[in-house]
Amino acid sequence: MDLGSFLQYLISGLTIGSTYGLTALGFTIIFNATRVINFAQGEFVMMGGMLSVFFLSAMGAGLFPAIVLAVTCTTLAGVVMERLVIRPVQGANVINIILITIGVSIFIRGLVMLFLGKDTFALPPFMGTESLNFFGATIIPQSLWILTITMFVLVGLRIFFNKTIFGKAMLACSFEQKAAHLVGISVDRMVMLSFAISALVGSIGGVILAPITMTSYDVGILLGLKGFAACILGGLGNPFGAAAGGLIIGVLEALGAGYISSAFKDAFAFIILLAILFVKPSGIFGKAEIERV
Amino acid sequence: MKKILMSLLAMFVVFTAGNVYAGDSIKIGVVASVTGPASFLGEPERNTLVMLEDQINASGGIMGKKLEIIIYDDETEVNKAVLAADRLIRRDRVQAGIGGTTSGNTLAIMSNFTRAQIPLVSMAAAERIVNPVNPWIFKTPQSDRHAVTRILKHAKAQGYQNVAILTVSDGFGQAGREVLRELVPEMGFNLVADEIFGPRDTDMTSQLTRIRNQSPDAIICWGTNPGPAVIARNRQQLRLDIPLYMSHGVASRRFIELAGSAAEGLLLPLGRLAVAEQIPDDHPQKGLLLDYISQYEERFNAPVSSFGGYAWDALMLIKEAIEKGESAEPKSIRDNLEKIQGFVGTGGIFNLSPEDHNGLDESSFVMAVIEDQDWKIVSE
Amino acid sequence: MEGKKGIFSFLIFVVITFGFPWMLTNDYYLSILILSGITAIGVVGLNLLLGYAGQISIGHAAFFGISAYTSAILTTNYGLSVGTGIFSGIALSSVVAVIIGIPALKLKALSLAMATLGFGLIVYIFLNETITLTGGPSGFVGIPRFNILGYDFYSDLAYYYLVAIILTFVIIISLNIINSRAGRALKAIHSSENAAMVMGINVARFKLFVFVLSAVFAATAGGLYAHYLSFVAPSSFDFHFSIKLIVMAVLGGMSSVWGGVIGALFLTSMPEFLRIYEELETILYGLILILCMMFMPQGIVGGIGKLSGFVMGMFSRGGGRNE
Repeated sequence: MDLGSFLQYLISGLTIGSTYGLTALGFTIIFNATRVINFAQGEFVMMGGMLSVFFLSAMGAGLFPAIVLAVTCTTLAGVVMERLVIRPVQGANVINIILITIGVSIFIRGLVMLFLGKDTFALPPFMGTESLNFFGATIIPQSLWILTITMFVLVGLRIFFNKTIFGKAMLACSFEQKAAHLVGISVDRMVMLSFAISALVGSIGGVILAPITMTSYDVGILLGLKGFAACILGGLGNPFGAAAGGLIIGVLEALGAGYISSAFKDAFAFIILLAILFVKPSGIFGKAEIERV
Repeated sequence: MKKILMSLLAMFVVFTAGNVYAGDSIKIGVVASVTGPASFLGEPERNTLVMLEDQINASGGIMGKKLEIIIYDDETEVNKAVLAADRLIRRDRVQAGIGGTTSGNTLAIMSNFTRAQIPLVSMAAAERIVNPVNPWIFKTPQSDRHAVTRILKHAKAQGYQNVAILTVSDGFGQAGREVLRELVPEMGFNLVADEIFGPRDTDMTSQLTRIRNQSPDAIICWGTNPGPAVIARNRQQLRLDIPLYMSHGVASRRFIELAGSAAEGLLLPLGRLAVAEQIPDDHPQKGLLLDYISQYEERFNAPVSSFGGYAWDALMLIKEAIEKGESAEPKSIRDNLEKIQGFVGTGGIFNLSPEDHNGLDESSFVMAVIEDQDWKIVSE
Repeated sequence: MEGKKGIFSFLIFVVITFGFPWMLTNDYYLSILILSGITAIGVVGLNLLLGYAGQISIGHAAFFGISAYTSAILTTNYGLSVGTGIFSGIALSSVVAVIIGIPALKLKALSLAMATLGFGLIVYIFLNETITLTGGPSGFVGIPRFNILGYDFYSDLAYYYLVAIILTFVIIISLNIINSRAGRALKAIHSSENAAMVMGINVARFKLFVFVLSAVFAATAGGLYAHYLSFVAPSSFDFHFSIKLIVMAVLGGMSSVWGGVIGALFLTSMPEFLRIYEELETILYGLILILCMMFMPQGIVGGIGKLSGFVMGMFSRGGGRNE
């Protein structure tokens, strides 16, 4: 096999995988705070892209202000969601909360479809469309943006969780809510913060991906699915495992399409995922078994 | 225990209430994918039908009877299409049907109409809908065979030898792929690569890299938005200069918007609706197309697409058949649809017969190239 | 108490199910009831798995699909009888359920959800891409209508009764399991697997038993579906359908066999009522789901139970009792 093709598969896998990873990060942050999988996570990603397009075209804002507005709105949507439908049912059966999040995702999708339309939209790339040569493979500037911003988000989160008081408090909540409460941490506020951060991270993913893959009201479903797979693969509860899981799935798909069969590439990725789960149920980077629900 | 009683009772009340009686109007039922993945097709179709219903009724209806069009949205879901068809036939008792929007949904509802002996005019492309001929089923869009033939004739004229195909894994792509795999060798080309992409896939560089390694003279891509736009962009990213043919599935402005500069130089077969301004003034379709475009754009304040034209043709063919047979009985509509000759529609000039329930041929397409973000007819 | 009440509920179900359809003023509603009934057969099985054994599966659409396609292919391409086709479909689904169930059921909660989800996606891709066998994305046409011993269920009323009878059987089987030793074992597994294991319950075997049983029910429904619509397409058995099955089970009421029936009926017929709101339909659907789960955590069955308890309480002091 030639190096150029291999690198090409790798680049496209890492690019797409980054957004799976960012989606997976969102899942993990909310899971750690609430023990719930938020099925509306994919919709945060969708909102990031769709709202950017909306602010850019309909409101005539510049690209950068449009993106900031979109990310802010999505983050607020995350907070509103927590306040309106998650906090009132605290302590409910996990499957019920999961269904509520499914309801929220359907609701958001319906709203976006109604107000922003059913079409697919493209967001202009942040900088240039001319692709660069890289050892026989080509890479577009937006791919570099995606990889760089993903790295920044990861580093930022790491600093947040390890160095800031809020981050430490959130970590404490994820280990033991009662104890966290006893030492004076407001669990409610931390849960809300987790929704805000998840929505923020998800919408950033949506924004950076939209110039490459385009966006429409229903892109959240597939991204949510892949993101969920990524965070289970990486070991549920481990944010960096989740990001790595996303990259692995992205690369597996690209290599599958390149070397095996483009028709069965998704099946290929999922078969490997199942095999890993059966051998190591806690995921690649998972430590202890997660045994709630 | 009471809970079951109460809930079933509630259902009972709702289900037995309300019954629809046929009035003194002509009822035509429509199953269209107004929402869901195929909404880019279904929405202009619905709009066109709503517009025509008003126009026809404003000018006295069909044979003095009021035209009533009942439209159900199947949300691009097969199950809902079948339920909607059932509802049109049994509850609304329509005299003729139009739909579905997609090939899959049409294939799913065909048996309902055949069983009920009501004619159905589909707005979907797949050849399987009318081949083999089902006495009750018709369709208005050109078949994939016509589009493929048009593309391959163009490729032949350029002297291309080796062809790669890249098709989407849904009903549209599958139908195209079947015809491509048949006609590419038949017309003397070598099929050097046969790649697939998913309808919601967001990166096709892997498939294009594989194709590049086979160094074909041309690539033919069969899909509907957004996949082909991604492919056009990926082709630009990979700096592939192999000519890329698209299908008529992306004959909308939206595709050019999505693909941006990557759309430049792409070739595709188009119905004349998309390039109405450019066709010669003496072409029989010209006046009709320009009227339809201005009426549609005025009413809906949105650019027209070829897809709305499929609905225009379906309804006007049924109207023609009713007037021809002077009867709105389903059987008479069916019989007279088969007799329509030389009917000028948006998609082409229809010549229907008991053996041909589509009535178009490849001359209903022109080849176009995308230049300066617009289509240009290429002379052959 | 449970027995008496159960028998009473069951009698009401039988009377309404079998006495009700010929009163319908329009046979369009019959087709909705048939589809609801077919789906209910699958949801009752999923309910056993989810509500009683506490195991989640986001891949149950696959069992519908495997069986529907097996039967469709055998009857249409190989001319086998519909009975044989459906039976083979069920058999193949249960074999697949055993193969996937043994490793998957060792997984906990969300990992299990992921494994079943992945399984469902793989089956979906397989149905989509093996075009020569399944007809691919545009579907498989020309499947014969259900017939047995020379009687074909061409009329919808006949098909309705067929589905109703099978649903009744499925309910009887489920009620019996719940009230048996196996049912108590399941409840024990649901509350604590470790405790159940200590008590000498073969947890793995019971979990697998319910998983396969729910797959058998789903496969039965898949066969009935294929031979009712005469058409199947992979998109009918995708990830969304698996999610919808779970929503039906939980929305109806997880800890009740009747919950599965009510959930399937409610969610299959609801879009018909929401249709008049057109563009708002999706939003309303999401909203209803959110509100139901927030204010009726026990599902519709639980909610109605509460409501009827409340109404009873108004009339007779202390008479209302919640479940």
